[in-house]
Amino acid sequence: MENVLKVDGVSKSYGNFTALNNISIAVPKGSVFGLLGPNGAGKTSLIRIVNQITLPDSGKIYLDGEELKPDHVHQIGYLPEERGLYKSMKVGEQALYLAQLKGLSHSEAKKRLKMWFEKFDISDWWDKKIQELSKGMAQKVQFIVTVMHQPKLLIFDEPFSGFDPINANLIKDEILKLRDEGASIIFSTHRMESVEEMCEHIALINKSNKILDGKLSDIKLEFKENKFEVGLQCDNKEELFNEIKNKFIAEKSTNFNGSNLGMTIQLPQNEGSTGLIKFLNSKAQITHFTEIIPSANDIFLKAVANNG
Amino acid sequence: MDKLKLIIKREFLAKVKNKSFIILTLLSPVLMVGLIMLIVFLNQKNSEDIKTIAYVDNSGLMASVLKDTEHTKYLDLHALGLEEAKAKTNEFYYGLIYIPKVDSLQQLEKNISFYSKESPSLSLVSSIESKLEKRIQNLRLEAMNFDLELLKSAETNVDFITENFEGKKSSKIGSILKMAAGGGFGYLIFMFIIIYGTSVMRSVIEEKTSRIIEVIISSVKPFQLMLGKIFGNALAGVLQFVIWMISAGFLLFIITLIFGPEATNMNGVQGVGVSTEMANQVQETANNDLQLVLAEMKNLPIMTLFFSFIIYFVGGYLIYSSIYAAIGAAVDSETDTQQFMMPVLMPLMIAIYVGFSVIENPHGPIAVGFSIFPLTSPIVMLMRIPFGVPWWQLVVSMVLLIITFLGMVWFAAKIYRVGILMYGKKPSYKELYKWLKY
Repeated sequence: MENVLKVDGVSKSYGNFTALNNISIAVPKGSVFGLLGPNGAGKTSLIRIVNQITLPDSGKIYLDGEELKPDHVHQIGYLPEERGLYKSMKVGEQALYLAQLKGLSHSEAKKRLKMWFEKFDISDWWDKKIQELSKGMAQKVQFIVTVMHQPKLLIFDEPFSGFDPINANLIKDEILKLRDEGASIIFSTHRMESVEEMCEHIALINKSNKILDGKLSDIKLEFKENKFEVGLQCDNKEELFNEIKNKFIAEKSTNFNGSNLGMTIQLPQNEGSTGLIKFLNSKAQITHFTEIIPSANDIFLKAVANNG
Repeated sequence: MDKLKLIIKREFLAKVKNKSFIILTLLSPVLMVGLIMLIVFLNQKNSEDIKTIAYVDNSGLMASVLKDTEHTKYLDLHALGLEEAKAKTNEFYYGLIYIPKVDSLQQLEKNISFYSKESPSLSLVSSIESKLEKRIQNLRLEAMNFDLELLKSAETNVDFITENFEGKKSSKIGSILKMAAGGGFGYLIFMFIIIYGTSVMRSVIEEKTSRIIEVIISSVKPFQLMLGKIFGNALAGVLQFVIWMISAGFLLFIITLIFGPEATNMNGVQGVGVSTEMANQVQETANNDLQLVLAEMKNLPIMTLFFSFIIYFVGGYLIYSSIYAAIGAAVDSETDTQQFMMPVLMPLMIAIYVGFSVIENPHGPIAVGFSIFPLTSPIVMLMRIPFGVPWWQLVVSMVLLIITFLGMVWFAAKIYRVGILMYGKKPSYKELYKWLKY
């Protein structure tokens, strides 16, 4: 798959502090890419470098195969975590201004803005000042301003903060729609459930270093621990559990649907599950059997803990 | 380039549409004209005010010089005696001069008293004193048998015809005019830098606190944004000054139409009540003065003054407003700006202060030094130019100004670039220095 963005060995330090240490990532076209990491890991530094707000000390960045140059700002849309609008300027006016800074002509900007304002049902805000709007309302305007010049690459830093669940959903749907229309999206967040829902690829940055990246599904497989959830239906629960415990590393857990004995079983790293199933089948009726796949949250915590 | 234009336009409109800007722009000329009218009015009142001063002259020698003048009336209370005269003066008059009876003139000069409720104005006291001094002097000369008429005919009054080596005539009025022209331009630059420099700083802080800054600089270079701000605010300032000039001129014109020329002519006020002969004389000198002023105006290096004004205005404003922009970027709120403001205001204050000594001695070492030092030259050099400045000093000063302006914009841009993305604690000078290397 072709990459819309390629970051190649980028380092950046501020005085004695290293913010980014030889980071390389590749964002495939038409996908949602999760840029994850704890606070202060270097995500914002990297995003700012991609936006040409700051320059890297070393390393190169390519947008759609071309080395990053000033004109590329027109092809990137950026919604920063620290975001705001001019308080005493009218909503429409400043949206127009920001769109023109992204290279749209006045008339084109106006046309698209009208379209978006209608879509979000906020047309009557045009002549209002930002200070008259609520935080969530202002966020909608910011979202529109970020995407309206139809950039190839969209970068959202914590896009859902400040939104109620309804509007967060609205924004999420819009982001996915933009992806379906061909845009590529970098998505930086701490909210792992939205990573799970939206991201196909992720990269994890911790303490200025990239510690993980790739397809989310591949990473999950890589992080699974050969651990299984088992639900059994039998008469002699305690006896059976002790017998299983002698053979495998097992731990009692809640009873799963239709079972009276629930447990998790850890198999040695390279052993397949066939033996286990055979054994269980001979002893009791299996009502539930699932391999435990780690959530993005588990992966995040584990990777950071291992790295720390 | 297009983006810079967009930014300038936005900054300009944001400033111009601001309510306080509109109010200040419209109200200031009214206030200015009102203030002038108030001064004229008070001046008129002051000169209409006639003080009555009583005197008790027991020596009988002095009464002849205590003649009524335009603003002072003298009243002989000799008949009442000192105590009663004091009581009466306390009740009705401004003051009382008491001249005791003495044996010799020598004693007289030490024994004249002046009584009044409030302490008398210095000018009044010295004018009466000089009258009495002259009288006593004359009395002594008479006692020594000098012919006073002869003495009077020998009196003389020297008035220089000042002229430089190229044959240009100048006069005191010329000097005043030079002071006014130089001082006016210098002060204009000073005011402009302070008002609009602060306005640039506020605008930077606003973008920082409203958190829009990161959105903007993902579209434009921080340097473009800073320049746009500086130019946008300057344009708004120029517009404001032009409006002020035009409307103040217009208002003055209307007032002159309504109230006649006296209202705006302070000379006319002082001429009231003088004998026709004197009035004619005053008129004549006034005409001469006017001609002199016109002649002197022609003598001013107007072209040099004009072009220097433009260069120093632009250079000075750019130097200071970029410093202001850097300060705005370094802090989170206006209250944090204090510690950085002092070093900025200092050279400006010094420049204005030095400006006064320039008027005394336009070619002294202080004047030359500060008119070359780039942080003060925009103000001090403009004050010097009307008095004539050697061209090499002008060139050195301007070159230094331009170098400083380039250096300062570069320096400010560095601080600005880092500062706008820093939130939280107020940086120290040491940290600012580190930012330069980011």
